Amino acid sequence: MTFSPNLEANINEAARLALCFSSKLVLIHVGEASEKKSSSFLKYLKAFESEGLKFEILYKSGDPVNVILSSTEEKNIDLLVIGALKKENFLKYYLGSIARKITRQATCSVLLLINPSIERVPCKHIVVNGLKDPKTKETVTTAFLVGHKLGADKITVVEEIDQEEVSVNIDDDKSLRKSTIIKERLRVREEARVQKILSTIPDDFTKKMIIKSQPIFGKRGYSIGHYAQVARADLLVMNAPAKMTFWDRVFPHDIEHILTELPTDVLIVQ
Amino acid sequence: MKTKEKPFVGFIKTLPKNMFSGLVVSLIALPLGLGLAMASEAPPIAGVITAIVGGVIVSILGGSFVTISGPGNGLVGVVLIAITTLGLTATYAAIICSGIILIILGFLRLGKLADYFPSSAIQGMLAAIGLIILGKQFHIMLGNKIIKDNGIDYLLEIPNTIITVFQFQDKSLIYAAVAGVLSLGIMVFYSKIRNKYLQLIPAPMWIVIISVGFSYYYELILKLPNPIAANYMIPEIPNIQEIVTNIPTPNFEVISTLPFWSSVIALTLIASIESLLSIKAVDKLDLLKRRSNVNKDIKALGLATVVSGFLGGLNVVTVIARSSVNVNNGGSNRSSNLFHALFLVVFILLFSTELTRIPLTALMAILVYTGYKLAAPDVVRRIFTIGKEQLIIFFATLFVTLKVGLISGIVAGLITTFIIHIVVNKSIALFIKNILKPNVLMFKEEDGSYFLSVKHFCSFLNFNILKSKLEAIPEQSDVVLDLSLCGFVDHSVMENIHDYQELFHKKGGNIGVIGLDVLGTKSEHPFALRRLLPLQNIIPDNKTRRQKNLELLANEFELEYSPLKQRKSLFLENFIYFKTKKIEHTFNQLSGKNDPYQLFDITFSEGEFIAKEVVRSTMLYIKTPPNVPVFTLDREGLLEKLYSLAGYKDIDIKNHTDFSKRFYLRGEDPQKIRALFSDQLVRFFESNSYYHVESSRDGLLIFSKERIASIKEIKALLDFGVRLNSIINKD
Repeated sequence: MTFSPNLEANINEAARLALCFSSKLVLIHVGEASEKKSSSFLKYLKAFESEGLKFEILYKSGDPVNVILSSTEEKNIDLLVIGALKKENFLKYYLGSIARKITRQATCSVLLLINPSIERVPCKHIVVNGLKDPKTKETVTTAFLVGHKLGADKITVVEEIDQEEVSVNIDDDKSLRKSTIIKERLRVREEARVQKILSTIPDDFTKKMIIKSQPIFGKRGYSIGHYAQVARADLLVMNAPAKMTFWDRVFPHDIEHILTELPTDVLIVQ
Repeated sequence: MKTKEKPFVGFIKTLPKNMFSGLVVSLIALPLGLGLAMASEAPPIAGVITAIVGGVIVSILGGSFVTISGPGNGLVGVVLIAITTLGLTATYAAIICSGIILIILGFLRLGKLADYFPSSAIQGMLAAIGLIILGKQFHIMLGNKIIKDNGIDYLLEIPNTIITVFQFQDKSLIYAAVAGVLSLGIMVFYSKIRNKYLQLIPAPMWIVIISVGFSYYYELILKLPNPIAANYMIPEIPNIQEIVTNIPTPNFEVISTLPFWSSVIALTLIASIESLLSIKAVDKLDLLKRRSNVNKDIKALGLATVVSGFLGGLNVVTVIARSSVNVNNGGSNRSSNLFHALFLVVFILLFSTELTRIPLTALMAILVYTGYKLAAPDVVRRIFTIGKEQLIIFFATLFVTLKVGLISGIVAGLITTFIIHIVVNKSIALFIKNILKPNVLMFKEEDGSYFLSVKHFCSFLNFNILKSKLEAIPEQSDVVLDLSLCGFVDHSVMENIHDYQELFHKKGGNIGVIGLDVLGTKSEHPFALRRLLPLQNIIPDNKTRRQKNLELLANEFELEYSPLKQRKSLFLENFIYFKTKKIEHTFNQLSGKNDPYQLFDITFSEGEFIAKEVVRSTMLYIKTPPNVPVFTLDREGLLEKLYSLAGYKDIDIKNHTDFSKRFYLRGEDPQKIRALFSDQLVRFFESNSYYHVESSRDGLLIFSKERIASIKEIKALLDFGVRLNSIINKD
């Protein structure tokens, strides 16, 4: 937690989430402890305390990235909540450099909030990735769990299919027909894969939910964000990236795209 | 076997038509080929060789269907410079090299190179080429050969030449000038005289026929020598034996010099741009609506250029004017291109000596006319209506091309366009940050239509991303192109989108562009560039294409259209759907004085303050008598919670289990609702496409998706509403 105009909203969001999942809230503040700071934190937390929120405030000085990462490991934290910044005059959001570093290196799941709010805004539509990846099954399950807890109405599983899988170059009518057929085949294949994952999810989570699956041919990581924006999703759930190197940042892919232009709230499942 | 046979039979059936069309095209290609070659200071026969080689090779190996290949207008300027700086034989070497590069480009699938040039810059370049041709040949047309440094000087000399003509003492020069002026007259007035027999032979051929006839008249009847000065006649045309024995050897000695490679690059660049533009334009004319394989065509053109270079010809390109003549005369496949080449061979075999009877001035008149067409004032006027900034790009390209050269010209055009885009947006970051991002999202919606959304900006710099997505959609499909997440769309993109709209329309599909209404522009032209203007209200004068279509739609349904933002939205507040939403305004309204219908785009927001999310959507409102009960009909049950909060119950309709299964019907008063949902109404909902329908105390609200609808979707929505109204309001 830092002292920004969003402080109250950030605390409220985090506290609500903690209550929702009946877990403990740990507020990490990078800096010296002081009476003044504590009292302002407590002021905001008071309302939630009566509802049964357990919380702890940590004060630690040092490099923010290291402090936060080490504390998450120390305290065995499951979910890290980070607020994003909003560009002035534009409805565009981005992550600060510290938040980005944390997101890349975190060993637990991370929730990036683009517009934390003091009052609760219902989460209606969740978009989750359905990539062909061993992590996907857990990510989708998590999405349903979160959706269930937050009372979402609709979950869309987006399968991003790399353009390269459609091995036909479109030159004329004939090759266009061919590529359309291949695409259709890929769609069916991906659809079947997603359905298989969906069948493993407990009925309790899926009961009241509208479930849609949407294949997209496009750039991995980027198009799902774009889709979430177009579909006006409230939360985007993604797999955690594989270990990243310097070059991944120079030639951004997957999650890096999402970090540069946050389309909506993003949950990265570790 | 049958399937194999059919196309072949069809091919044989169309052969006579293609042969005729090939003949007509060859009648134009002959004089034009001679003229273009002479304008580039190559031997006149080089142009004919180019057309023959191009016709044969491209018709066999090419990937397009009704195009004609041969020497191009655009290349005149480049070849001219190459010949003056390198000499003729080294120019042949440069032509061969550019052919090889073209083949490589074809294999690397870089046929899309021309997509990266802004269209106003290309227009400027073409106009400059037109002026180069016009400026140089104008003097020859009037019998006043002069040599100047660059294109502008030639143009400035034009008044002097006109004065000189009136001071001619030499009668033979006067004859030459008169032949030129008359020929120009034929070119200009030919299209204005609509006579069936006259139009059988193309104008350039009339010039050839008349001048050859004139020459014979003097020789055979008057027994006098031709009165036109001998140095203004076409020089010796070699006969076929001479052509074969005198094939020039390309000179590769200068291959390591800079001017050689700058010529090669210019040749390649212009050849590919001219070919690609022509292929694109000709595809639009194709009656069978086939899609050309551009890369295959580029490879064939490259190979043809290499062969042509070795045989003493020029660059082979796809040419628009001859191709459209081909389509107009019934050319339907590549055989017409082959026939055009074969007829040219026949002409050279039979009439090579007769061709020397054509005055040079007459031939140059054809070129002057072609040049004028490229740089006509119409072009400038059209660009001006698109926007003043396009005019700046146009003239910047034009002047640099004339003053310095083609490559510098096109580079200047690119830079000017980019600078203008930065100035218009007052931001360079928009472009730098987002240029490499794959900013186009495409997916297929459940109803089988395609949805495309473009983010950040869309200009000539990244149009290829959008293009490749559009190319991958079968043209029979319905497409919705959403530009509302785009802060800036430039003229090249608008024009290209329009081309795609036409293409899809022709093949039975449809592209609806949405989201443009929020982007502002200063021009009235539909292709004008647009950018996000946050505080601007829509001025009635600069309507988008969608708005114009809405206007037409309003006329069709006898409704009134108003594009202005309106804040009177009280009638919507009663709907449960809007209970948690804040309506900002409605715009693009279609309504009638006596009709109960009201169709509009609406901007509303969900949530408040930081969580505020602005949504734009198209909806239809129908006023109903107050006895219609409050209900809501939905398929996804999205607003279930909201309705249960409002005390609504699920309602089943007896004897219609399928309907009850497919739709969520809810309301306060089950009895009244069951009474309303008669068999007729239930069947109506079952048999029509799905819409969200909601009734308040005195009105119905109908919409399908929570976004702005395309014109086609609006038509369907209106139609649905009208029919629904006729069932509900029948008493």
